[in-house]
Amino acid sequence: MAYPTRVLGPVLVAALLLVGSRPAAAKTELSWWHGNTGAIGDRIAEIAKKFNDSQADYEVKPTYKGSYPETLAALIAAYRSKTQPHMALIFEVGTQTMLASGAVVPVFQLMKEQGVSIEGADFIAPVKSYYSKDGQLYSMPFASSTAILYYNKDMFRKAGLDPNKAPATFDEIEAASKKIIAANASKCAFSHAWPSWTMVEQMHAWHDQPFADQDNGFKGFATQLRVNGEFGVKLWDTLARWQKAGLYTYGGRTNKAEPMFTGGQCAIQVTSSAFMGAVMRDAKFEWGTGRLPRLGGYGQGNSIIGGTTLWVMKGHKPFEHRGMAQFLKFLGDDDLQAWWHQVTGYLPISQSAVKRLEAEGWFKKHPNHFTAFDQISSGKTTANSQGIRIGNYQGVRDTLEAELEEMLAGKKTAKQGLDDAVKKGSELLKEFASLYK
Amino acid sequence: MKRTVFRNRWLPYLLVLPQVVVTLVFFFWPAFGSLRLALYRTSPFGDRLIFAGLDNYTRLLGSGEYLQSAVNSFVFAFGVTFGGLTASLGLAVLANQKIRGLAIYRTALLWPYGIAPAVAGIIWLFIFHPAYGVLPYVLAAVGSFQFNWLLEGWVAMLMLITAAVWKQLGYNIAFFLAGLQSIPTSVLEAAQVDGADPVRRFWRVVFPLLSPITFFLFVLNMVFSFFETFGLVHAVTQGGPGHATEILVYKAYNDGFVNQQLGTSAAQSVILMVVVIGLTMLQFRYAEKRVTY
Repeated sequence: MAYPTRVLGPVLVAALLLVGSRPAAAKTELSWWHGNTGAIGDRIAEIAKKFNDSQADYEVKPTYKGSYPETLAALIAAYRSKTQPHMALIFEVGTQTMLASGAVVPVFQLMKEQGVSIEGADFIAPVKSYYSKDGQLYSMPFASSTAILYYNKDMFRKAGLDPNKAPATFDEIEAASKKIIAANASKCAFSHAWPSWTMVEQMHAWHDQPFADQDNGFKGFATQLRVNGEFGVKLWDTLARWQKAGLYTYGGRTNKAEPMFTGGQCAIQVTSSAFMGAVMRDAKFEWGTGRLPRLGGYGQGNSIIGGTTLWVMKGHKPFEHRGMAQFLKFLGDDDLQAWWHQVTGYLPISQSAVKRLEAEGWFKKHPNHFTAFDQISSGKTTANSQGIRIGNYQGVRDTLEAELEEMLAGKKTAKQGLDDAVKKGSELLKEFASLYK
Repeated sequence: MKRTVFRNRWLPYLLVLPQVVVTLVFFFWPAFGSLRLALYRTSPFGDRLIFAGLDNYTRLLGSGEYLQSAVNSFVFAFGVTFGGLTASLGLAVLANQKIRGLAIYRTALLWPYGIAPAVAGIIWLFIFHPAYGVLPYVLAAVGSFQFNWLLEGWVAMLMLITAAVWKQLGYNIAFFLAGLQSIPTSVLEAAQVDGADPVRRFWRVVFPLLSPITFFLFVLNMVFSFFETFGLVHAVTQGGPGHATEILVYKAYNDGFVNQQLGTSAAQSVILMVVVIGLTMLQFRYAEKRVTY
């Protein structure tokens, strides 16, 4: 039987409306992009679930978008096509890009607008300064790590070294490495992951040496790298010398060298404090940690942070802003912060979370978890050690790492390699600065 | 040549329409986007768009790193093409013999083609890697030969070429086999009667008769190594050590998606487009003329 369209039309429309509308109790979805797989990715999902179970209005949905650079690229593509997520975890390398983008709602502004305060907002200084502009917090500190030294105690014993004393200087590493190789305790003595981060960026900050002009980009747009000074050359010379002597094994870019430590192939490794979770899980030997090694004769700065922070993207509704403010408050909660540090090895980022951990006696029981925090809170914050804020940061990193590889392959001296890196890297800095003139 | 005659004037156009639409949407539109973008310098989030004219191109052509990556691309492409064609022709000739279990050999030879370039790269990485690779382990056991391709550019390049050749083997062999089987036995028998030994028969009769296939494969392998090996480089060396294995297609990706310099990256894509158009024209112009049938 045929209904006249006059009747059928409204009926269809009504039916569609009923299907399309959701029950009033439905939660508003807040998308949250990140670049973490494995254990940390699982913990991120766990945090979202905790938040979703804690209230009835919002549903935070975490999505893995590939590696850190891929996550940033995905965010940019999404923003350009107006399909950006509500929030994204972006690595510290993207900080300047995000600050200059005009695509974000600064965290301090969001909290003020919503009248919400964060319990753990007493962020430790190195974290706070890294993600603040003009004293105001722009992104929500979340997963901050720094670089520390790991060493294999079994190999130290085998080489006749004191297993309870981490080498604290480059001279001590050299002496220990010679013993390790001589005693055949390991074929690989010293190694590191993240070449530019550990052997250029961290080391310059740690010894109070400039990385780039304009206070590493904190005063204004940096246009000149400064890593080819006496200190940088001496450091790279040391690496080249060690490599020739067979004391140092270069393990590649990003975190590719890390399995060489957990697999029991290398005795000493400088890498991220957030590597601890993997070491606890995978290392079949006794291990210890120590502070970053010092090179004699230079000042004391501080180690700087890496890892990701949460950025709030523009273009979302007021009601969603309310939800994001609540979520950020949830993230800043002391209990959550303390738990997050315990399960991942990331730094406890607020004073109050640290107090809570101390009260529980956590650091006494887990001294290795204290190393990174102890290091970063005992260093000196100077113009050279508050962090690095540059555009085209990934490109600068690639440049430094390529030059390091050329030097280690014997194609260049330390001085040549660093001079070339400064020349090419400064071009990249100028390129970025000129966009925002 | 039989011409198909359509009754309806519009039917033929209708039949090719889907393909035309796909080509327009997925090829021409992005290509024109690249052409436009290459004239600008943009900030990552697109909030700044500065007209740069041909600046992106002049800077590229004046940069040592770009020229280095062009050289790398050619070394890689010729390495893959010549290495691949030589190996696959040899294997195809062997697979063309009358031996027992031939079907099994032929199938086995075609297998690697079913593997994604990135996976092929990872397989070879497990052979070469200084920390967990099989080869350095064996070499260290045999002698004190230490080699760390993480620092040796030529070793890294050789590894990528090997992985790419291996991956393309099946494809090349399939074509060569078809070519070998289409050679009339009468010609070979005539050569045999004239007293040519197998080697001479191959170089004087078989190889010239294979030339159309060889040329076709040459162009195809060039295109493959220029454009379809991104996954391989990305999975294995990321362009390192230094810039030794940074080929053009990887550099375009790296500058665009990792370093967020979309203008430069678009200019690089345009140059790559010109290269592929050039190769295609070569294929069409010379494939018919310069090759003996």
